[in-house]
Amino acid sequence: MTSRTYAAVNVGDELPPLPLPLTRSLIVATALASRDFQDVHHDPGLANDKGSKDIFMNILTTNGLIGRYVTDWAGPDGVIKKVAIRLGAPNYPGDTMTLTGTVTRKDSGEVDIAVVGANGLGNHVTGIVTVALAASPEGDAS
Amino acid sequence: MSATDDAQAASAQAANAQAESAAYFEQLRTFAGLEIGVQALAPDEVNVPMVRHWCEAMGDTNPVYLDRAAAESSVHGGLVAPPTMLQAWVMRPFGEARDESDTNPYAQLTKLVESKGFTSVVATNCEQSYDRYLRPGDRLTMRTVIDAVSEEKTTGLGTGHFITTRQDYFDAAGERVGSMLFRILKFRPAAKKPAAPAARAMRPRPSVTHDIAFWFEGLQQGKLLIQRCADCGTLRHPAGPMCRNCHSLAWDTIEASGTGTIHSFVVVHYPQIPSIDYPNQVVLVDLPEGIRVVANTVDTTPEQLQIGAAVQLVVQHCDDALSLPFFKVVNS
Repeated sequence: MTSRTYAAVNVGDELPPLPLPLTRSLIVATALASRDFQDVHHDPGLANDKGSKDIFMNILTTNGLIGRYVTDWAGPDGVIKKVAIRLGAPNYPGDTMTLTGTVTRKDSGEVDIAVVGANGLGNHVTGIVTVALAASPEGDAS
Repeated sequence: MSATDDAQAASAQAANAQAESAAYFEQLRTFAGLEIGVQALAPDEVNVPMVRHWCEAMGDTNPVYLDRAAAESSVHGGLVAPPTMLQAWVMRPFGEARDESDTNPYAQLTKLVESKGFTSVVATNCEQSYDRYLRPGDRLTMRTVIDAVSEEKTTGLGTGHFITTRQDYFDAAGERVGSMLFRILKFRPAAKKPAAPAARAMRPRPSVTHDIAFWFEGLQQGKLLIQRCADCGTLRHPAGPMCRNCHSLAWDTIEASGTGTIHSFVVVHYPQIPSIDYPNQVVLVDLPEGIRVVANTVDTTPEQLQIGAAVQLVVQHCDDALSLPFFKVVNS
């Protein structure tokens, strides 16, 4: 599995969009995989009592999916340094969140990717992921 | 009391309120920098089974997390955990209540802002930075401090305070491996609009030209008018300036009887337009006069929609400027 090299990436490059169907199973499975046992992420009745129309995705999962999205593109030698996100519309079951990303900065072996996760209600998440990319085989990291 | 007394009382009251709010904010600021609880020790070391569970759920196929050979030949030189799992290693166990004790500064801060009516909460930002990737065998401790409490801010959700906490994560050697800033808004929900139903969006406006103005004017009077060639008598719809039969430009109208049969129909579900009821039943109706019109239905169930069904015209006044023809299925 090859990794994307720093030299091969330019500001303005776009990552391929990733549409993620937000099944109820995905929302529950990811909440439990992140050890987030809050009822609003798995129990529709209790979520409803708390004023939410349904269960919704937890924040750890939003981070996890964004991390996956960026390393799917960067490859195994891409090293994530920072994930800074701003949260918006909830991810409810039945919706689809589509992740898109654009390279916005390139400096000293690292790039910033502006990531947007949009669902049917608007933007679930917007943020910046900083990732160090693989050096070229020739060692070009300028 | 005189008007002057009133004014003095009001200004004294305002000064008091201002002093009170300054004292409240001073009190809020004292929480910044306070450590919350004791350092939390992760119940388990970073381990492959939890990483596998995470990667399966997230759909993450990066081989550096689970494929030892691929991980060894990568920049990491061995298996690592997904960096965004940072929090997962130190999550509060299932069934354990949040620490709400009086000695917990975060609980005190929460009580203080809630006493001012800022009772709702929403997470707004999360910033994680990673000093290094974690490896199986790492065991984390987490230290949490209140990083900042904002002044009162007005947001789209309502007025409130942003509260930022900072978590630092350390390995067994005491080296920091990552940190997280987590910001919430404690707010007073913006007053809900009175129960009066929101004004219904208006139907899209037709583009009314000289040639079809009679159609909409007739509907305003409750009539469905059909354009007729004044020379050869051919009916035409949609309306236009010239007879397709004899090319005459002279025309007048007749009023439709109001009966008809469904020639075809479609039920539109998407995209939805706020002014229209869904499912949106659209019928193509043959009028006995010899023209065919497109309209919505009224008082008609989906089961009643059948090709050939008899329908009756119902002209509806949609709003002050627009009346439209609808049809309802009648059982003949």
